[in-house]
Amino acid sequence: MKSPVRLERRLTQPKSLNWLVPVLSVVGALVIGAIVLMLTGKNPISTYHRILTTAFTSFDSLEGTLRSATPLAFTGLCAAITFRSGIINIGGEGQFFMGAVGASLAGIAMGGQPKTIIIIGMILTGMVFGGGYAAIAGGLKAKFNTNEIIITLMMNYIAGIILDYLIFDSNSYWRDPKSFGFPSGKPIVDAARWPIFHLGMDIPFGFVLAIGVGAVLWFMYSRTRFGFEMGVISDAPAAARYVGIRTRWKIVVVMGLAGAVAGIGGASDVGNFRHILDAKGLQLAGYGYTGIVVAALARYNPFGAIFVAVLIGGLTNAGYALQGPDFPSGLVGTLQGLILFTAVAGEVLTRYRIRRAGHEAMAVTA
Amino acid sequence: MNSNETVAVRMTGIVKRFPGVVANDGVEFGARLGEVHALLGENGAGKSTLSNVLTGLYRPDEGHMFLDGHEVSFGSPRDALNAGIGMVHQHFRLVNSFSVAENVVLGDQTTSTFLNTNSVADTVAGLSQRYSLAVDPRAKIWQLSVGEQQRVEILKVLYRGAKILILDEPTAVLTPQESEALFVTLRAMVAEGRTVIFISHKLDEVMAVSDRVTVLRGGKTVGTVDTASTTARDLARLMVGREVVFNRVERAAHPDAHKTVLHVSSVSATDDRGNQALHEISFSVNAGEIVGIAGVSGNGQRELAEVIGGMRHATAGTILIEGEAVKSGSVRQSIAAGIAHVPEDRLHTGLAPSHSVEDNLILKSYRHRPMSKWSVLMRKTIKSNADTMVERYDVKTPDTATPVRLLSGGNVQKVLLAREFSASPKLLVAASPTRGLDVGAIENVRIRLVEAADKGVGILLISEDLEELMSMSDRILVMYEGRIVGNVSAAEADRESIGLLMGGVTTAGAQ
Repeated sequence: MKSPVRLERRLTQPKSLNWLVPVLSVVGALVIGAIVLMLTGKNPISTYHRILTTAFTSFDSLEGTLRSATPLAFTGLCAAITFRSGIINIGGEGQFFMGAVGASLAGIAMGGQPKTIIIIGMILTGMVFGGGYAAIAGGLKAKFNTNEIIITLMMNYIAGIILDYLIFDSNSYWRDPKSFGFPSGKPIVDAARWPIFHLGMDIPFGFVLAIGVGAVLWFMYSRTRFGFEMGVISDAPAAARYVGIRTRWKIVVVMGLAGAVAGIGGASDVGNFRHILDAKGLQLAGYGYTGIVVAALARYNPFGAIFVAVLIGGLTNAGYALQGPDFPSGLVGTLQGLILFTAVAGEVLTRYRIRRAGHEAMAVTA
Repeated sequence: MNSNETVAVRMTGIVKRFPGVVANDGVEFGARLGEVHALLGENGAGKSTLSNVLTGLYRPDEGHMFLDGHEVSFGSPRDALNAGIGMVHQHFRLVNSFSVAENVVLGDQTTSTFLNTNSVADTVAGLSQRYSLAVDPRAKIWQLSVGEQQRVEILKVLYRGAKILILDEPTAVLTPQESEALFVTLRAMVAEGRTVIFISHKLDEVMAVSDRVTVLRGGKTVGTVDTASTTARDLARLMVGREVVFNRVERAAHPDAHKTVLHVSSVSATDDRGNQALHEISFSVNAGEIVGIAGVSGNGQRELAEVIGGMRHATAGTILIEGEAVKSGSVRQSIAAGIAHVPEDRLHTGLAPSHSVEDNLILKSYRHRPMSKWSVLMRKTIKSNADTMVERYDVKTPDTATPVRLLSGGNVQKVLLAREFSASPKLLVAASPTRGLDVGAIENVRIRLVEAADKGVGILLISEDLEELMSMSDRILVMYEGRIVGNVSAAEADRESIGLLMGGVTTAGAQ
């Protein structure tokens, strides 16, 4: 017997794996995280307990969590759309930035209009900026068959430089002329501030919008012609060609759609939370990259992405609140990294089953 | 199985279960040194599972395996390979973007860290010459026809020098001549003391090449017999549990037989590598007529099917359906013109394998009512359409939501045919429609094709199975190097002369 344990391909993927794998991934990450904590001399149980209370178990903490979850829900949906279609879009980050650029433009320039009109204007400009930016990468792939991973990644840096240029390196429309010393963005008009619903707890409009977008995407993928075509393209490109689905053009559409979703996220950042184009804050947050973790953990399911965004948002929120001498500041990042790591490992188990030599099949459920 | 000192491999009491299926249910199997041992059975009889157990891909739930008398247990295909068991798979395991030579050495641990592509290519060229497996070692896999890819698979195992070779339907993509050449290769290999396990459900092949035959049915061993002391008819009976007879289908001419459905006029096209694959081809198919296209794989048949199906641009010439020109290179135009197409690669081109039976049945009709309205799919209509089709075409599936990749080969083809015929086509282009299917499924496909022809559909049947062409076609065209080199009435056709034409030997007046 060469190896005591081996992997065997599954013929069918039980539906339960869809939720079991993410749950076990999180549990696995927490266990490994606990070992790390113990090695650094911290008590894992009390640390986790503090994270839980700070993130989820009170209305106050939930508000902060939803605030952190909103941008992640959008970037998570953005990544999920493209990954489902077999396109690896790493550019949620830059698309989110561009959405913020577009929405803050509308939020400043549309002053004097009714609130509803301004908010709709912000959402639309965010979509156009984010979607247009992503469509460039899609167009390059369609036309020249460039690698979308590299292009979107590089375009994230370009978007960052554009932000820096608009706020720090020029007297652009976005820069606040009244900001002396440290330059900052021009505030959007008061009417452009997105509502926060008070339903026992504060629920930002952006989060509600994210759920709506998730529902639209779910419907699109499971019930529309477009979603059907996308599914066929990623399942069997040859079959798509054989039934006359225009494959090339679809890449641009999917990228544009994903970018538009990230762009709404950028708009919500401006409208709901920061109320300016915050060049440094956006770049430090890394919403786009965390969105990839969210999408992977949600197994590219739109509703799953929202749920996971709340989970990761809670972790982030707790990280902010607890940062201090007795709480390792890198812990939250470590935990997020571990979750991605275990989620990818768990993904293998959805396709293969573990068999021990000479034993019956050992399902991951066991 | 009694103990015999020349036994190379023995498997006893092999049980392998999958969710809901017992694929192997106590299989007994033994092959001797220096013999070609055929493993015969219908699709789903457990042949592939048994060979996957033998090659270490699956671990049996029960049972024992012995190599040269010693019990073995493989943890992975590499263990089996190291023990001298090599497999030529029915579904190719090749890296499309790699060259032939690179694929041959892929995973071979005797290769040094730095790959000397030239010396490998030379070795591969030597091997392919020695075993008459013509293939350019420097070509990329994606540029090769299915037949050529199969040769690469055979070369891979030969390169490793396996002592026991398992060939899963090796001749499925080969012409009679190529099969003959392969049989010579196999005989040479067993003469060297190797063992060849030959998986097939083609009776004449098994009769021609094997020394002994083990027949599987429903996951159990039905029996092992000496080929010399049995007949094809007996084997067929063992295999299916009933007698099956293939006869030439005699059909009355269709009333509309004078109407031309398809007219191909001076069509030229290039292959994926940009080389000219079709040279000004012209022919026509009439209503209710079955026209067979014979030829060695890689002589332009695939390109011809793709041009007619709209998947490939014609560089010259026109395709006419009932006298109307069809825009070249547009699948949608071809579908709209009434062309149905059963492609060679059914599971990955003809169907979306991970999609449900339901979704696959609407792959060509989802754009229009009643399957969709205002861009939204009408799930209820789609489901009831699937229920009707599954019943009408007798598709064996747990339900219509099952992914087609989980169906057996015969049922996969039923789904594909159901969809293609449901569009009421004028012309059906069928590329190797029965390849890899078991006897029952082949019969089913043939009946469906003949039924369609009787209703007036023109059928272009592209096949490498000469028996099939001769028993089904009204006329046979022979393709060689992108040209039609022969046009014979099937009733007057004989294997010899068609085989010669396929090999490029033209006699005066053949064109």
